Amino acid sequence: MTGKPFLTVTDLSIDFTVGSRVTNAVKGISFDLSRGETLAIVGESGSGKSVSALSLMQLLPYPTASHGPKSSISFKGEELIGAIDRRLREIRGNEIGMIFQEPQSSLNPLHRVSKQINEVLIVHKGLTQAAANRRTLELMNLVGIRDPEQKLNSFPHELSGGQRQRVMIAMALANEPELLIADEPTTALDVTIQAQILELIQDLQKRLNMGMIFISHDLGVVRHIADRVIVMKDGEVVEEGTNQQIFENPKHPYTIELINADPSGEPNKPDPNAPVIVETEDLKVHFPIRSSFLRRTIGYVKAVDGISLQIKAGQTVGVVGESGSGKTTLGLGLLKLVKSQGPIVFMGKAIDGLNSKELRPYRAEMQLVFQDPFGSLSPRLTVGEIIGEGLELHQPNLSEEEREDRIVRALEEVDLDPEFRHRFPHEFSGGQRQRVSVARAMVLEPAFLVLDEPTSALDRSVQSQLVDLLRDLQNRRQTAFLFISHDLRTVRALADEIIVMRQGKVVEQGSADQIFDAPEEAYTQSLIAAAFDLVVKNKEVIAD
Amino acid sequence: MMSTDKQIKPKLFGLTVSPPTQRRWMKFRQNRRAFYSLWVFLILFVLSLFSELVANERPLLIKSDDGFFFPIMKSYSEESFGGDFPTEADYKDPYVQELIEERNGWFIWPPIRYNYTTISNDMEGEAPAAPSRHHWLGTDDQARDVLARILYGFRISVLFALILTVLSSVVGIVSGAMQGYFGGLLDMIAQRVIEIWTSMPQIYLLIILSSVIVPGFWTLLLLLFFFSWVALVSVVRAECLRVRNMDYVKAAKALGLSNLAIIRRHVLPNALVAAITFLPFIMASSVTALTALDFLGFGLPPSAPSLGELLQQGNNNRHALWLGLSGFVIIGLLLSLLVFIGEGVRDAFDPRKAAVE
Repeated sequence: MTGKPFLTVTDLSIDFTVGSRVTNAVKGISFDLSRGETLAIVGESGSGKSVSALSLMQLLPYPTASHGPKSSISFKGEELIGAIDRRLREIRGNEIGMIFQEPQSSLNPLHRVSKQINEVLIVHKGLTQAAANRRTLELMNLVGIRDPEQKLNSFPHELSGGQRQRVMIAMALANEPELLIADEPTTALDVTIQAQILELIQDLQKRLNMGMIFISHDLGVVRHIADRVIVMKDGEVVEEGTNQQIFENPKHPYTIELINADPSGEPNKPDPNAPVIVETEDLKVHFPIRSSFLRRTIGYVKAVDGISLQIKAGQTVGVVGESGSGKTTLGLGLLKLVKSQGPIVFMGKAIDGLNSKELRPYRAEMQLVFQDPFGSLSPRLTVGEIIGEGLELHQPNLSEEEREDRIVRALEEVDLDPEFRHRFPHEFSGGQRQRVSVARAMVLEPAFLVLDEPTSALDRSVQSQLVDLLRDLQNRRQTAFLFISHDLRTVRALADEIIVMRQGKVVEQGSADQIFDAPEEAYTQSLIAAAFDLVVKNKEVIAD
Repeated sequence: MMSTDKQIKPKLFGLTVSPPTQRRWMKFRQNRRAFYSLWVFLILFVLSLFSELVANERPLLIKSDDGFFFPIMKSYSEESFGGDFPTEADYKDPYVQELIEERNGWFIWPPIRYNYTTISNDMEGEAPAAPSRHHWLGTDDQARDVLARILYGFRISVLFALILTVLSSVVGIVSGAMQGYFGGLLDMIAQRVIEIWTSMPQIYLLIILSSVIVPGFWTLLLLLFFFSWVALVSVVRAECLRVRNMDYVKAAKALGLSNLAIIRRHVLPNALVAAITFLPFIMASSVTALTALDFLGFGLPPSAPSLGELLQQGNNNRHALWLGLSGFVIIGLLLSLLVFIGEGVRDAFDPRKAAVE
């Protein structure tokens, strides 16, 4: 399969110079790639994998970024570092194609899909409008978009995440590049869609005999797709080898750590006699759709449509489903942060009829941790102020020292340095911020905690640390968790009972063992197949 | 467990401040231009606050056989120095000076022996007189010392601008935050009102109004305030609209914070940086607005020391270069200082601009 390498990278180093500060993002890495071969670059955020990929197309912000004197990128015998702009533009999108992580922001929201794909063809191949249209339609068929004629005239926002990623792939492949760079192409997608996209990329690569560089932090995906693997850490290659070598006989401790980074461990088993913390029956959250002019209600979006659940002290109920399935809204509805219909009994008291003022005393007992570690902390408050805010409100008679003491303890409980309380959120990594979020919620010692995808924006190894932390906290405090996630691996490590949601309704509900080991519904089966084996199963029940 | 917690609260000018404030101050200091501008501005401002001690037609202190006199604080009749009239002594009159010196007296004069209304008689040539030993920046066309008028005028301009800025930012920020955070109908109505309000031709309205009511410091302040409060609304509103959907606002709601508390703690601080960036510009535009009205003759009463009036005189007496030039320099200096300080404050409040530590 592999022949002579057509891409050779030697001693590539990348420095970023901001003011007088020089950051060595990549410190002399070398690799090569042949046609039809997939090389995966894995590593955590900040390891320099994306920058390396961007440098292949010379897309870094020069001269802020610079390469070392011995760095060389040789593509089909041609040196790309220092090549003239015109030549680089010819190569980009023509001989080297690229798929980005976020299909939402890499498509121009103001142009129709057809125009964006046509553009690539017209610029590089000099096709006429009509010829470009024909070729675009072919490409849309190639990447497996249903009703391509209709989708061609859509704007990016009218497409689903998976469809947008397919369009991105169509754009990258429009000119049949010899090298395809895929930068975390499935990270932003749901698991079932991830499986479909991976299948598509693999299939296309074989058919077009492209060389591919696949960048990912997800070793599950890499194992599935790569021929050879490079493991990067802090800008250096720590291990390199074939798929088999890396996964079956990893040598470097960091590689071993990454491979074992999947969230592991058994969920806490609640005491069967533990008190019920939250209970709801047939909970509904319907958002009215209003006509644009008179603002009359003309229909409802049934975000949550009849969910019943019960969570005991020390128990975790996992809610899984794809984006748009209403799982976040379920959490917010339970906390009465959005209007919901249906009885909610919280620690023995019905709270569904209370207004926001009457709810306030209960707020300390039910808390929330969000997905996005960047948006969930007020950027202008210090970590100490963020954590102390709830205490100020709910326990106003604490003295300043007592409050400080509680903040320190909360930080220690989530394994952060108490001195961090004087710093601002932007100084922390995603994982640390997520710990601050947990500390903010736990400082009030709530009985019930809603965790809304707390791990999905984090690196694998950080995820498993957070999962361990949460499990440990629950064990100590006997908190009831509602754990919302699309990531079945984390759910498996935490949740004792599982609700599979789709379009606001329950698909399947039951104990974790039963759901994972013997799923009954076709949808659940396909979710599990996609998450654990990265294969597409029961195609008819999943969206694209 | 608390062993690491030997935190000494940082102090700033003797006041205990929180670490973030401390860090902002450090960052502000690192911006040399802003830091020196602040000092120059403060020195000028404090100097102008004590204008009476710097530029006055009365001596600061007189000592004679009859004891100490403080003409600045108290008015003394000519008789109290042994003169003829029961009216107030004119200390510039050589006769009065002689009277005091006869009683072994001496004077301490302020550095500039004129205040903003003093009509000078010791200039060379006729008014407006060119700069000379007595009048460092010359006199205006009514024989008043330009330097003294600049000093007093600076004080009026800065005080006026300060009060106007504070008033209009408080009202602007509050109304912008309300509109942005609550949105909906309130926002819709308020936005339309502001649109109509801002499309009124301000300067004509001000001219018409100032011909109906006698313009003074406070009436002008009120008139300009009617129009200047909208300046911050759109900035603060936009920022609040953005912030109110952030997860941390949801988190605050989940903590049970009231709307007002959420606005105060989570929404406003974010909007404030945007607002603070605008403050020096609002202050600068307040200075300009007052100057413009004075220049057109619809501002402060004619005898009041005003920078606009100085510019007007410069325009009317183009042969007297020192009038226009000193007016230009002082206004230019004031506006530049304000903008430099503003830039420093803005950068210091931005947590993403890391301080070089």
